[in-house]
Amino acid sequence: MNSREGDEQARTTAEAVARRSYGKLIAFLAARTGDVAAAEDALSEAFAAALADWPRKGSPASPEAWLLTVARRKIIDSYRGQRRHEVAGEELQVLTEGLGAAAIAAEAPNQIPDQRLALMFVCSHPAIEPGIRAPLILQVILGLDAKAIASAFLTSPAAMSKRLVRAKEKIRQAGIPFRVPEREELPSRLDAVLDAVYAAFAEGWTDPAGTDVARRDLTEEAMFLAQLVTELLPEEPEALGLLALMLHAEARRRARRGASGEYVPLAEQDLALWDLRMIDEAEALLRRASALGVIGRYQLEGALQSAHVDRYRTGRTNWAEVVRLYDALFALSGSPVVAINRALAVAELQGASAALNAMPDVSTDARLAEYQPYWAARAELLVKTGSNEEARRAYEIAIGLERDPAVRRFLQKRQSALASVAEGE
Amino acid sequence: MKYILMAYVNEGAWPKMTKAEQEQGAAAYMAYGEALQKAGALVGSNRLRPTSSATTVRIADGKSQVLDGPYVDSKEQLGGYFLIDVPDLDAAISWASRCPAAAHGAVEVRPIWEM
Repeated sequence: MNSREGDEQARTTAEAVARRSYGKLIAFLAARTGDVAAAEDALSEAFAAALADWPRKGSPASPEAWLLTVARRKIIDSYRGQRRHEVAGEELQVLTEGLGAAAIAAEAPNQIPDQRLALMFVCSHPAIEPGIRAPLILQVILGLDAKAIASAFLTSPAAMSKRLVRAKEKIRQAGIPFRVPEREELPSRLDAVLDAVYAAFAEGWTDPAGTDVARRDLTEEAMFLAQLVTELLPEEPEALGLLALMLHAEARRRARRGASGEYVPLAEQDLALWDLRMIDEAEALLRRASALGVIGRYQLEGALQSAHVDRYRTGRTNWAEVVRLYDALFALSGSPVVAINRALAVAELQGASAALNAMPDVSTDARLAEYQPYWAARAELLVKTGSNEEARRAYEIAIGLERDPAVRRFLQKRQSALASVAEGE
Repeated sequence: MKYILMAYVNEGAWPKMTKAEQEQGAAAYMAYGEALQKAGALVGSNRLRPTSSATTVRIADGKSQVLDGPYVDSKEQLGGYFLIDVPDLDAAISWASRCPAAAHGAVEVRPIWEM
């Protein structure tokens, strides 16, 4: 083998390991030191060492074990060196002993314990600022860099990077434990993990056409994380519900855009473009979740998706059921977003005037004034009641608030259709 | 790890309480301290006199400035602390939630910077 082929092979092996085991290796190292940043630094140095070493000596039989051994040594060296003033001798000994387990694990690489779930609980600990939990999970479990995360969450890379560093410092200094919470606190702590995973998914979803690669990747990564949680906690109905919800949304991705990239609302989608395998999988997950007997937000949202899909597939109207599901969801969340969607379902059952009365009131919740779906929903309902002028104004605001150009064009089309009707009158 | 649990309470409420209420309140803190001790978690604790007794000192332009009163004026004031030694933040949070101050004020949990 010439040296270029060796380089190539080493890189391919390293990339495969990174994809397969990055989060597992970080979780293993961080759980033993409490220091996520040190684990990341050490593992990145270990990967660099691998790219230098493997082309010459050939890839090792167990690349994970090799990386773990090198990373462990790097961590101990760095604690002995630069951080000496912060780490007492006794603490260093504890660290070294803890990492001793890394050496043992390295001999039996298939038995590297999977502590990714514990690490996800660390990242979404109540002591960590809620807004940084999703970015933190994406970085430490999946190895996404701050730049990619910043672009998906629409912030500057420098600001995102600073917040990630601060969160990791907090984990280390405050002594947040690396473990899956006990039974009694598991449900509330799991909610925080699921919320973070869903936030990552939602950020990816703001680019449904998949033209922005960073965002498109995020939905796939978030689905991977949700899958991981359901594998590690197979009896948690909300985790199953979240994965089902994501699968339902993902199943209709292709149908949400027309041939020329225009936005296609659910009612006008081509059913042939739906991914039936994903829908079946989502339905099976929801059945499994409901058999466990504890309802929750994500199961209800998954059930709503399921009801919408079922209506279009069977042609059987089920608006009463949909309104009931929104009622249950609203009782749980009290969210004005839920109230808006509920009002749209009410319109199908009782007409647009009843729906307008059921809409949340912008005067009692100022956030609605900046929420595009509120204005778009209002506009749709106003059109149906014949209040064209008010509808036109509501569309105007919705258009001004939308950041997706395809949705903006869709709203503009609706608005101008309205104008021509008005002229025709 | 060592943590300090700082109890922030509205110190103005104390003098307005009846004697029986004050006794009950003090007993709750005593019981809490004892529970910490029994669990082997207590390193030290103290109750502070009201902020009306506080004096704030700083050096500006090479001269010491001494001011009557606390450093920050807030709705709730630091009324005491518990220094504890527990395995991790979750254990510290669990003790903080049992502190009577958590129910009528707030408890700030801070890790100790070990030298």
